[in-house]
Amino acid sequence: MAMPKKYDAIVIGAGMSGMACAIRLGMFGKKVALLEKHSIPGGLNSYYQRGKIDQDGKRVGVRKFDVGLHALTNFARKNSKKNPLIKVLRQLRIPYDDLKLKEQSESRIQVGDIGVNFSNNFDYFVQQIEKSFPENFSHFQKLVEFINTYDDNQITTEFVSGREFLERTLQNSRLVEIVLFPTLIYGSSWENDVDLRQFVILFKSIYMEGFARPYGGVRTLIEVLENKIQENNVDLLYRSSVKKIVAHENQATEVHLENGEVLRADQIYSSAGLAETYSLLGKKDLKQKVIGNLSFVELLFVYDKNIDPNVCDKTIIFYNETESYEYKKPDDYVDTRSAVVCFTDNYREYESDEGLIRITFIANYEKWKTLNQDEYKTIKEKTKKSALELIKKVVPQDDRTLKYWDAFTPRTIEKYTSHFKGAVYGATQKIADGKTSLKNLFVIGTDQGFLGIVGSLLSGISVANMYGSNLGDRS
Amino acid sequence: MLETEQVKKEIINIIADIAPDENLDSLDGAKSLRDQLDLDSMDFLDIVMELRKRHQIEVPQEDYPKLATLDGCVEYLSPKFQ
Repeated sequence: MAMPKKYDAIVIGAGMSGMACAIRLGMFGKKVALLEKHSIPGGLNSYYQRGKIDQDGKRVGVRKFDVGLHALTNFARKNSKKNPLIKVLRQLRIPYDDLKLKEQSESRIQVGDIGVNFSNNFDYFVQQIEKSFPENFSHFQKLVEFINTYDDNQITTEFVSGREFLERTLQNSRLVEIVLFPTLIYGSSWENDVDLRQFVILFKSIYMEGFARPYGGVRTLIEVLENKIQENNVDLLYRSSVKKIVAHENQATEVHLENGEVLRADQIYSSAGLAETYSLLGKKDLKQKVIGNLSFVELLFVYDKNIDPNVCDKTIIFYNETESYEYKKPDDYVDTRSAVVCFTDNYREYESDEGLIRITFIANYEKWKTLNQDEYKTIKEKTKKSALELIKKVVPQDDRTLKYWDAFTPRTIEKYTSHFKGAVYGATQKIADGKTSLKNLFVIGTDQGFLGIVGSLLSGISVANMYGSNLGDRS
Repeated sequence: MLETEQVKKEIINIIADIAPDENLDSLDGAKSLRDQLDLDSMDFLDIVMELRKRHQIEVPQEDYPKLATLDGCVEYLSPKFQ
């Protein structure tokens, strides 16, 4: 048997957090292996291709789709101060213009008969709230003041209910529903609630900073990161699925791959998720009681042309039929009463002639998991019908021709992310400092409590900085 | 030991790599880098990292405050440059 290959650090998973972590460790001069079980990086925020190349070598209906990306939150203009996106770009030495960010037009939150718009200009959202809720406007201003003075760097461990806080502060249940809706579906691992600290982070990233999309989608960002990985001499190993992590006493020593290879390292950084990482160690995590309950179905509809801005000029619509929004695992396969509807065409300078609508439904993982192949297909078709009905309600005048559709389910998400139960936002319990019971094993990514693409990148960066720099401790 | 101007240039080179989108021409040597360039502790870590990589200079954590301004950097680092 060959000698195990030895690295300074191994990073498990080439998703956003794993790539950022590996790049930083490489910058600190470490020899790093970045392990990815698939053949392209990105994790949940990856992309895939549909269509085929026929006998004559002609490309037939070849389209690339982003897996997870509706919007990159935390939007900031070049040279903005105190913004997480700018911080991430600096830490990874990525010039701002390389991301080719295109801003949203504006978005909308529709809960029952009340709709409120927001854009990348926070004042617009404030005015919209004032218009729809004049009697509670001063309460909303108090909320903004609270957010502006809240220290979201503090490491809190106890869950504080964001919903209860909002009910006390805003004193209007309809307003609470509106403000909460995007923050729940864009990042909460709790049902019908969000941890207050995470709410503050999400409020800033969605309403105060806003949405953008890299021109060309998530692969533009992935290509930039791949270049950085190469520049910093990180070994990015594809098709390298981790079978187990071996530990002696309180030290992780080896990583065994499914293909039989064994790697050694002084430090291991895992983006597999907390419970998932402990299971690689062959242990149940004592701290880890709950695996997140929230998973999603995502449907993509390709049309013959971009949407007419007179029919719909919104980039994202957070849509809920009734007056109160239910964010919890549905009893059925999906909950069709609410959805996030993304009109990708309505990002500025959208690059395709074809139109694209993405729909996200909250889904029940267990129900999808038990289906056999035929049933799976049938339920997918049924979900497609529900999504098209919902589109009819949201944009009744849209009369474009549907050319193609695709969907991915909690099963697909589980496969892409390796998170148990396809739990997109991971476990309810978050490990802010990334520490585990082993002194050289750290957790990065979703279960560290950072959110969105920018948050994931920041998670990998901050843990690498804390434990991988070896700076300042020698004189 | 390098000339003051040379040390200053080396430090500015490092900052330019860390904050590629910032304009460094109007940097005031006496004012805090943190305020002028919106640098935070993560960025200071990078300055220290680059000093080690490029010039084999180690800065112990208790000395980080001495890097607060460009003038401070020059004064503290000049004897360490060879």
